[in-house]
Amino acid sequence: MTSAEQFSEFAPFQRLTPTQREAVAQLARPVDFTAGSRLFEEGQDAVGCWLIQVGQVALSTEVPGRGQVVVQTLGPGEVLGWSWLVPPHQWQFTATAPGPVSAMELDTARLLALAEHEPAMGYPLALGFCEILLTRLQSARARLLDLYANPRER
Amino acid sequence: MLPIPYRVIGRHVETRDSVTLDLEPVREQLPPFRPGQFTMLYARGVGEIAISISGDASRADGILTQTIRDVGAVSHALHALTPGEVLGARGPFGTGWRFDSAYGREVVIVAGGVGLAPLRPVLIEAINGRADHPRTVLIAGARTPSEFLFREQLDSWASIPGLEVVLTIDQPAQDWAGPVGFVTEPLSRLQLRPGSTTAFLCGPEPMMRFSAAVLIGRGMAEKDIRISVERNMKCGVGLCGHCQLGPLLVCRDGPVVDYALARPLLAVREL
Ligand SMILES: Cc1cc2nc3c(=O)[nH]c(=O)nc-3n(C[C@H](O)[C@H](O)[C@H](O)COP(=O)(O)OP(=O)(O)OC[C@H]3O[C@@H](n4cnc5c(N)ncnc54)[C@H](O)[C@@H]3O)c2cc1C
Ligand code: FES
Repeated sequence: MTSAEQFSEFAPFQRLTPTQREAVAQLARPVDFTAGSRLFEEGQDAVGCWLIQVGQVALSTEVPGRGQVVVQTLGPGEVLGWSWLVPPHQWQFTATAPGPVSAMELDTARLLALAEHEPAMGYPLALGFCEILLTRLQSARARLLDLYANPRER
Repeated sequence: MLPIPYRVIGRHVETRDSVTLDLEPVREQLPPFRPGQFTMLYARGVGEIAISISGDASRADGILTQTIRDVGAVSHALHALTPGEVLGARGPFGTGWRFDSAYGREVVIVAGGVGLAPLRPVLIEAINGRADHPRTVLIAGARTPSEFLFREQLDSWASIPGLEVVLTIDQPAQDWAGPVGFVTEPLSRLQLRPGSTTAFLCGPEPMMRFSAAVLIGRGMAEKDIRISVERNMKCGVGLCGHCQLGPLLVCRDGPVVDYALARPLLAVREL
């Protein structure tokens, strides 16, 4: 499988034409992370976006008295890292690989430049990213409902 | 129809508020059950409530296995029963999951919280008849790791070839290395063949609506999604109207219904 084809499995790139996907594939490189490694850290400049192919990535934040608390995990087929897209371009959470992870890493500076230069590509790309953000927002809202709580404790 | 006495012969603590009881008929026994059906269990002097069958529906010895979460007066009394004590049971009531109609198809099971209880008989059937299905996936959600029902069994199922088990929790926990997120998240990244998949959903109603929306968004037809709806029951046999959901009486026409039928009804606010 070429990496352009691999891109079609990830929501942000599904609206792109094969030629546009090919252009994005030029900005990607395969990366592997060993168990325990950090992909990025809260507060650092946000550069890069990862398309997870194998393994799981945990997003966490430091809570006094509780240590690093994992708020969400992402798995194969999911996209990690949005903060490069909007100011102040800083990571809001820390991303760790609890086990081995394989991913495609995107050069986000060049991706942004490409999207801005070519709106015919930028628009479907932005829509694709929007779609995933909406899915995540809705899942987070569902968790806020605390649906499995015992009715006695509500 | 009067309750038939059953004696508790086993009590397994599942979580801090749920137990699974094995019930043996004292004399006569209820007719056999299909997965997805329920009994009306009667706690003497307290009341009667609907409880699903959570054990192997194919067992012929008349033992009923039922999982009870302590949420109010009646469930508390049933939850507190210990081996040797007697309760009353009526049934079997309701439609089943009609798992046999998913023959040859891929199966996706989504369970949230105690919603796993009515789906366990389906899983047992799926595991025993694995050859009949190209693929079986279970996505189970709980609030925290200690709130999964049948935890040991879930762990052992995860190693069965042909069965994919994803356990995901809502609330961050220190002792958990698995996925953290709502059930819709693993569901939306599942490799899915919409035309040849049947989905079985059970859990809080919003969980089923959100999960069905993901499946429909991924191309599944509403008729291939089955959900188990809950409404308070009284007679259990379609006489009192207590369990009405639009034109349906859930005790008779449910609890398992096709999403094509259920979706417009679930959108109506409770009176
Ligand atoms: C077909 C069917 C199958 C069922 N299977 C099971 C089962 O296998 N195991 C099991 O533990 N329960 C099951 N239930 C739910 C059980 O019948 C109810 O929870 C019952 O009302 C409990 O009675 P109670 O007197 O203990 O509490 P109640 O006084 O009726 O309820 C106490 C509080 O909990 C709330 N409540 C009750 N049930 C629910 C619910 N399901 N979701 C959210 N809030 C609720 C009530 O509004 C009330 O505030 C099933 C229900 C149906 C209709
Ligand atoms: S419980 Fe009486 S009609 Fe359903």
